[in-house]
Amino acid sequence: MSLRHGIRRIPVGRALQASTYTQPSITPSIPRSWQRWSSAAVSPASERILFPGALNSKLTNDLEFTSPSTAEAIPTFRVMDQDGVVINNERGVGTTDEEAVTLYTQMVLLSIMDTIMFEAQRQGRLSFYMASAGEEAITIGASSALDIGDVVFCQYRETGVYLQRGFTLEQFMSQMFSNHKDVGHGRNMPVHYGSRELNIHTVSSTLATQIPHAAGAAYALKMQNAQRPDLPPRIACTFFGEGAASEGDFHGALNIAATRGSPVIFLCRNNGFAISTPTRDQYRGDGIASRGAGYGIETIRVDGNDIFAVRESIKEARKKTLEDGGKPILVEMMAYRVGHHSTSDDSFAYRQRVEVEDWKRRDNPLTRLRKWLEGRELWNEQKEGELRRKLRKDVLGAFAQAENEMKPALKYAFTDVWENVTEEQKSQVTELLGVLETYPEEYDIEHHEGGLDSLRELVKK
Amino acid sequence: MAAKPQSLRPLASLLRPRSAYRCQQHQQQPQFRSYSAAPPGARLNGTVNYDTTSILNHTSKTALSNPELPENVRTGPTKSINLYTAVNEAMRHALQTDERVLVFGEDIQFGGVFRCTMNLNEDFGTERVFNTPLSEQGLIGFAIGAASEGMRPIAEIQFADYVYPAFDQLINECAKMRYRAGKTDMHCGGLVVRMPAGVVGHGALYHSQSPEVLFTHVPGLRVIIPRSPIQAKGLLLAAIACNDPCIFLEPKILYRAAKEHVPVGGYTLPLDKAEILKTGSDVTVVSYGTPLYTCEAAIQKAEKDLGCSVELIDLRTIYPWDRETILNSVRKTGRAIVVHESMQNAGVGAEVAATIQEGAFTRLEAPVKRVAGWATFTGLAYEQFVIPDVARVYDAIKKIIEY
Repeated sequence: MSLRHGIRRIPVGRALQASTYTQPSITPSIPRSWQRWSSAAVSPASERILFPGALNSKLTNDLEFTSPSTAEAIPTFRVMDQDGVVINNERGVGTTDEEAVTLYTQMVLLSIMDTIMFEAQRQGRLSFYMASAGEEAITIGASSALDIGDVVFCQYRETGVYLQRGFTLEQFMSQMFSNHKDVGHGRNMPVHYGSRELNIHTVSSTLATQIPHAAGAAYALKMQNAQRPDLPPRIACTFFGEGAASEGDFHGALNIAATRGSPVIFLCRNNGFAISTPTRDQYRGDGIASRGAGYGIETIRVDGNDIFAVRESIKEARKKTLEDGGKPILVEMMAYRVGHHSTSDDSFAYRQRVEVEDWKRRDNPLTRLRKWLEGRELWNEQKEGELRRKLRKDVLGAFAQAENEMKPALKYAFTDVWENVTEEQKSQVTELLGVLETYPEEYDIEHHEGGLDSLRELVKK
Repeated sequence: MAAKPQSLRPLASLLRPRSAYRCQQHQQQPQFRSYSAAPPGARLNGTVNYDTTSILNHTSKTALSNPELPENVRTGPTKSINLYTAVNEAMRHALQTDERVLVFGEDIQFGGVFRCTMNLNEDFGTERVFNTPLSEQGLIGFAIGAASEGMRPIAEIQFADYVYPAFDQLINECAKMRYRAGKTDMHCGGLVVRMPAGVVGHGALYHSQSPEVLFTHVPGLRVIIPRSPIQAKGLLLAAIACNDPCIFLEPKILYRAAKEHVPVGGYTLPLDKAEILKTGSDVTVVSYGTPLYTCEAAIQKAEKDLGCSVELIDLRTIYPWDRETILNSVRKTGRAIVVHESMQNAGVGAEVAATIQEGAFTRLEAPVKRVAGWATFTGLAYEQFVIPDVARVYDAIKKIIEY
C-alpha cells in the first residue's frame, strides 16, 4: 500500500479502515464560492473574477483603492446605558434578578481581592499581582455565559473567569503564596492559575501563545463532540488583550481555526493599553474586531462595561460556534484599564491621573450593574456595606491562612518536566543533595514540606 | 518574517533526495548539477554504499533478528521499504489503531513534499489528515492545544529549517506545559513534531539544517533522530505513544536512500536506549542519523588500514540520552569520537564529551574528539567541506589512536 505513487489512485483498503471521524456533520463546511473556482475559469464576458484566491470579486474599471478610513467603525453592542437603564426592554437583560445579584457579588469580591493583593504586594508580602479593575464584567460575565465543560485559555488578567467558575479564595491565595496547597506546586508567578476541574489551562506569561491552543483544543472538542453526541457539546474560549493580538500567534490561530472550523470564541479584551503602549501605537485599523472579516470569521464588538451585553454576546457566540459543523467567533470587548498593568508598573508615567479618574467616575462595570440593581430595588447602600465588610473579611482570612502554610516539597522542583524523572535528573538531584547536606546553613529547607527527604525519595525511585 | 524564503517552497519537490544517492555518490552522474561530490579518485569520500551497508537490514532474516522487536513481530512478515515509506507506515498504523491520532501540516494532504503522508488523507479522511495554513507557530500552537485536550497530533514542519517561527510555542508552551500545570496534570504528551533535517547535497542554507541541539537544551522535550526505516517506524510509533512531547527529526537524504526490510506489523523501539551497531575495543564512535553511514565507511577503512577495532553507537534519542551505554563503552575502549552534521559549537558532541570526561576520565587514553559541522552555514557549493565526511572521521580515528 505504501508503494503507491499516484495521489489520485483510489485506495483499495479504504473500506476496511473506516475512521471514527467520518461523520459529514463535523466536516468543515466549505462555502460554495470556495469550491467553484476549481471548476470554472474566468470567461471574457464574466462580470466577476474567478481567481482561486478571491471569491466572487466584481470586475471594475475604476482605479480605486479600498480605504479603511472611509468605512464606518464597527458598532458596539450594549444592553444598558451608563446609568444602568436597559435600552430595549423587549430584548431584556437575559439574566434573572438572583443571577444579577450573584454576578455583582462576584465582581465586588474580585475588586476587593484586587485591592488587598495590590496593597500586599506594595508591602512586600507578595512578589507580583495583576488587577482586573475595569474588566470585571468581561471576565465574570463571559465566564457565566459559558458551560463549565467548555475549555478556557486565559492570558493573565482573567481572575474573574476563575472566580466565576468556582476557584476558591484558598486556591487563589495558595497559588499566590506558592504554598504546598497550590496545585501548581509553587512553580508559577502569582496569578498564573490553572484548574483541570474547572477546565481552565494554566496561565503562561508569554502573550498570545494561548490563542492557537484554543483553536487546536476546540478542534479536539469538535471531534469528541461528534464521537459522543449523547453528551452536551463543548467549545473552547480564549482571552487575550489587544496588544497580544499583534503577535503572530493571533493571526496563525484565527486563520487555522477558520480553515478547520474550530468551535472557539476568540475573546479580545481591548482595554486601551498594552502595559504603556496605547492602541494608536499598537494598530491602525478599527480595533481588533475589524480583523475578523479578513479571516472569514463572524465578529461582534461589545461594551465591556455592560455585563448584560457581555453575557448576551457570549451566549450567542457560543451557539454560533457550534453551527455549520463548528466555526470560530471573534468578540472584541471594549474596556478601559483603570488599574496599572501590574504591580511592576506605574501607569501615571505614561497617562494622566485625571484621565483614569475620569474613566472611573464616568463609567465602570461595577457601578453600572449596581445602578441597574438599585433601579430594580435589589440593592442599596446598606447591602453594599455589609457585602464589602464580609468579603473583605473572607479575603483577609484566606490571605492570612495561605501566607503561613508550608512551602511545597522540594521534589517538585524536578518532577513533571517529563512524565517520569529521568536518569540525568536523578544524578543531578543526588548532586544537589550532596551540596545541601554539606552546606545546610546556606539554604532554607525546613520551610519546605518534607525537607530533604522529599528529594531523597526522588532519587530512591 | 518577510525574509522567509517563500519562493523556495514550490521548489521543495525538487529538493527531494534523488535515487542517485542510493549508490556510491561519486560514480553517479545525477541529472541535476552536482554541487558537492567526491572526485573520481577518492579512496575515502564517496564510499558510503546504502546497498551494502551493514547498518541496513538487506534481508528479512537480519531485520527480524533484532532483539528489541516484540515476539509477535519477529515471527511476522517484512517488506523492503525506504525511510519515507516507513514513516508513512508508522503514521498509518497509528491512525488505524488510535482514533486520537491526527496528522497535519503544510501540504501534507496530497502526500507531502517528501511523500511521507501519501494516501493518509484518502484513507483516513480530512477530519484527521489535513492541510494547515502556512504558519508554523499557528500549526504547532494548534497541535499543542489539541494534545492538551486528549488528542495525539502528529504535526509536520515541512523542513526543520522552518521550525523557528514555532520556537516560542515549542520552548515556552510545549515543553513547560506539564511542569507549570503541576497537580492539574494538563500536558501535551502525545504530540509529535516531525521535520525533515540534514543535508541533501543541494539544500544550501535553508534546506540543510540540523537544529536538534536547539531542542536538546530544553527539558520537557524528547528529541529523536532515526537512522533507518526500521528505526524510523519503531521510534515514531514509540514517540506517538509517549506521554512526553517529541521532536522527531528525519534525515531527509535517507528518505529514499535508506531501504531495508521492515516488519509489516506495528512495533515500538525504546526512547531511552542508545544502540551499539558494531562492537569494538579501541575507539568508541558515537553518532546518530545520516553520519552513521559515514562513520561505518570510515571505520571499515580505518580498521583495515590501521588494524584497530572500533565500536559504533547510535544515540537514537538525542535528549534525554542514554549516558550509561556511552560511558560503559568508553570505559572499555578509552577513546571516544562524537560525529554529527550540526555545528560543533555547543553541540551534542560537547555534551557527550563533557559527560565522558566526568564519568570516564580515568579510563581515557586520549581527549574526546568531535567531528561536526564547522562554525559556518551550508553554502551551496561547499557542503562536502562543511559536513563531516568519511575522510574526516577516518582522520579522527587515526589521530585518536596515534595520540
